Amino acid sequence: MLRRLALALVSAGLILAGPALAQSAPPDPKNWAAVTERARGQTVYWYAWAGERHINDYIAWVGTETARRFGVKVEHVKIADTAEAVTRVLAEKTAGRTEGGAVDLIWINGPNFAAMKANGLLFGPWAEDLPNFRFVDVAGKPSVLNDFTVPTEGLEAPWSMAQIVFFHDRARLPGPPASARALLAWATANPGRFAYPDPSDYLGATFLKQVLVEVVADPAILQKPVDEAAFVTVTAPLWAYLDALKPALWRAGRAFPKNQAELRRLFADGETEIAFAFDPAAASAAIASKELPETVRSFVFDGGTIGNASFVAIPFNAAHKEGAMVVADFLLSPEAQARKQDPKVWGAFTVLDLARLPAEDRRRFEALDLGIATLPPEKLGRHLPEPHPSWMTRITGEWKRRYGAG
Amino acid sequence: MPFRLAPVLTLAVLLLPVAAGLAGVLLPAFGHWPVLGRSGGSLDAWRELAATPGLTRSTLISLWVGLATTALSLAVVIVVTAVFQGTRAFAVLRRLIAPLLAAPHVALAIGLAFVLAPSGLVLRLLSPWATGYTRPPDLLTVNDPWGFSLIAGLALKETAFLFLMTLAALPQADAARTLTVARTLGYGRVTGWIRTVWPRVYPQIRLPVVAVLAYGTSVVDVALVLGPTSPPPLAVAVLRWASDPDLATRFKASAGAVLQVLVVAVAIALWLGGEAVVRDRARTAGARGARTTWEGAGRLLAWGAAGVIALTLGLALASLVLWSFAESWRFPQLLPAALTSARWIEGTMSAAAVLGVSASIAAIATGLALALVLGCLENEVRTGRTPGRRVTGLLYLPLIVPQVAFLTGLEVVFLPLGLDGGWAAVVLAHLVFVLPYVFLSLADPWRAYDERYRTTALCLGASPLAALVKVRLPMLMRPVLTAAAIGFSVSIDLYLPTLVVGAGRFPTITTEAVALASGGDRRIIGVHALLQALLPFLAFAAAIGVPLLVFRHRRGLRDA
Repeated sequence: MLRRLALALVSAGLILAGPALAQSAPPDPKNWAAVTERARGQTVYWYAWAGERHINDYIAWVGTETARRFGVKVEHVKIADTAEAVTRVLAEKTAGRTEGGAVDLIWINGPNFAAMKANGLLFGPWAEDLPNFRFVDVAGKPSVLNDFTVPTEGLEAPWSMAQIVFFHDRARLPGPPASARALLAWATANPGRFAYPDPSDYLGATFLKQVLVEVVADPAILQKPVDEAAFVTVTAPLWAYLDALKPALWRAGRAFPKNQAELRRLFADGETEIAFAFDPAAASAAIASKELPETVRSFVFDGGTIGNASFVAIPFNAAHKEGAMVVADFLLSPEAQARKQDPKVWGAFTVLDLARLPAEDRRRFEALDLGIATLPPEKLGRHLPEPHPSWMTRITGEWKRRYGAG
Repeated sequence: MPFRLAPVLTLAVLLLPVAAGLAGVLLPAFGHWPVLGRSGGSLDAWRELAATPGLTRSTLISLWVGLATTALSLAVVIVVTAVFQGTRAFAVLRRLIAPLLAAPHVALAIGLAFVLAPSGLVLRLLSPWATGYTRPPDLLTVNDPWGFSLIAGLALKETAFLFLMTLAALPQADAARTLTVARTLGYGRVTGWIRTVWPRVYPQIRLPVVAVLAYGTSVVDVALVLGPTSPPPLAVAVLRWASDPDLATRFKASAGAVLQVLVVAVAIALWLGGEAVVRDRARTAGARGARTTWEGAGRLLAWGAAGVIALTLGLALASLVLWSFAESWRFPQLLPAALTSARWIEGTMSAAAVLGVSASIAAIATGLALALVLGCLENEVRTGRTPGRRVTGLLYLPLIVPQVAFLTGLEVVFLPLGLDGGWAAVVLAHLVFVLPYVFLSLADPWRAYDERYRTTALCLGASPLAALVKVRLPMLMRPVLTAAAIGFSVSIDLYLPTLVVGAGRFPTITTEAVALASGGDRRIIGVHALLQALLPFLAFAAAIGVPLLVFRHRRGLRDA
């Protein structure tokens, strides 16, 4: 009996291990018919940040659709930090694995993209050859071609727009602050009721950039790589601001929430009175799932808030490049984009130019009910550009030195 | 022949990954990793490490958490065993310990976080009538900078583990008769136990104690849920560096991993030093023959400790269950305003796949471990040689060398072999941790088996294999299944081996629970923590139920 059991276990192991995949010449994205042909039957390992359930659900929907329409399965590799995927690809390059890599597609932007691009870890250019790329709003949303000022050069395809949006509970706090300075004044008057995530999380880092853009003497300097000589003077107002904010923070700045979800949880528990997210529809989505009370509303700063585009990229050694391109193209389709913008699904804004879409596709967007707590695009205010990625690396490092060392 | 190979294979499975992994961090730590542009050797990584803000604090927290957890767990075990041994309460405790042992670390940590949080069950019970709070107070309870909640979470679980180890050691300490002698000499029950029985128990459980110490000093998963955040304990920091987008940070991560090994070594040295001091003082006090009575205080402490543990576990379980069914549950409501089963339906559907992955990895790793361990033990029977203490000590190696140190190095070694990120690699990594527990839990009952059954079988013409398969294994079914259930729950519990070696491609219920616990919707987290706890419970239920069913017509084996 034991022997039979052992046999069964071993054969189960063999089946689960699956056959090794062979890889041949790199695909040519210009020959789209050949790409879709070879993509059929592939399984795309998509390394994507998995901190929010509704985003995971959306990715699962994408997988179901691409499997049904193009025969491409998507395996969502859920990671807490995109850097895990970058590390993975690097480790493979280290070991000399130039094909058959574990990572097929990465949800990426900012410093991770800059690092992969600089280290030659990306496949491409391919993004601008995707059939659906022609709908992308390259004129109205310049960040789809410049990821944190770094030119994308076809090495990554945009798929989502994000912008900082704050939220407050109308019943408790009727008049929320309208700038970083006003926020500081409010927090000082209400100590312990505001928090921002640890900047090792992207949302925490984005909050630092939001403050930096508002307090810096000349924001134009942030569009260029960090000038080490000028770093101290340029960022001095940021540290002055954060020093003043620290004693008024939740837990007096002795602990920081880990990410967007924890920040929202503190807000839901009533521990904090102002929270923020990188999805304009985050508040509406949380109200819909009864996580937040119905009196919650969104607001932005008068001077605008930081916004950026999210991309997908394919590593140089990906085992299933064709499948990955098919998935990236589907992400850009009006149908997938409209579904993503639906706050009942996710609520992240589209990268497409609605004016370029055929009428029936445009109607998909016009028919969306954005939810009671979502600001319509015209009230989202000015969309402030991301600084060069080197600023993010430097200020998060400096933050850790000042506040992260206990 | 295959039985003679078993010990060699077992040692290879235990030692090779640890050795290879350590090599995989030592070389980069001293500046050799050619593809990343450094070779030959340098101390740059150590300079970068030394310049890291908060490093001293991270290191001290690790050391403190490890030592405090071990001391606290051991103290509870001593006082509870001293007070309750031989009483009816002891039999009850023995039974209650099983579910606590089966509960995964992460599920327990999540439950504790729900209880201790400023919006948690404790303050809800007291608010607003006693505290006046209508909203959660601005108190740093979970993730406190000194790691008190982390120590509490670890101690809950480690107390159970050390208690089990003590139970196993008691018969060898001849506890009942020793205690009788001590009491006739006029010592009180508690004093007598501590003076005479404990010194004979402790040497037998020293290795498990050291394993607890090493674990507490280098834990990652529980620390991610309950531990300090800025700065985090060293092991968490090392894991972060090892996944930094700036590739040069990998050198620092390797140096940090080596530092983590040193920290564990220092913790062990401090512990053994402290042990020597305590032993000397106890000896002097014992020789003086003082009949100090700690009876009252001891009894109070024991009941207090048992009560606090039981209450905490009860509240943690209640929090998990309530949150998993809550629709909305605002502070300071004691109970959710509305209940729904929606999260369970969603959660079970989304977790079905990862539950399958967890269960298959655990089943395969446990099956392999069982095969190796049975092979080793049967080889002992056939050769008539039992390995010495030193060889048995090697079993503890994977439990003492910090996981974060050798697992990050293992990645570098597995890659060129094409072993990385595959099922085989994950199962192998799990096997390294499952094997020691299976061996330790099966060895004693196996060796205690009456060899005359085997002799009789052989005399009746059975082959050695038949004597094993037809006589010995059925009679030892209960301990074999228990060992399997322990191995299974150890595998379910593993976080780092799955994450690091599996390259995140094998999401298990544990990696999902940790990922969710770092934030997010408590209702979904509750569902995941309960599902995570479910798997080991099923395994233990099977280990208890199957023999009852199979032996229902065999009275002699039913209560064996």
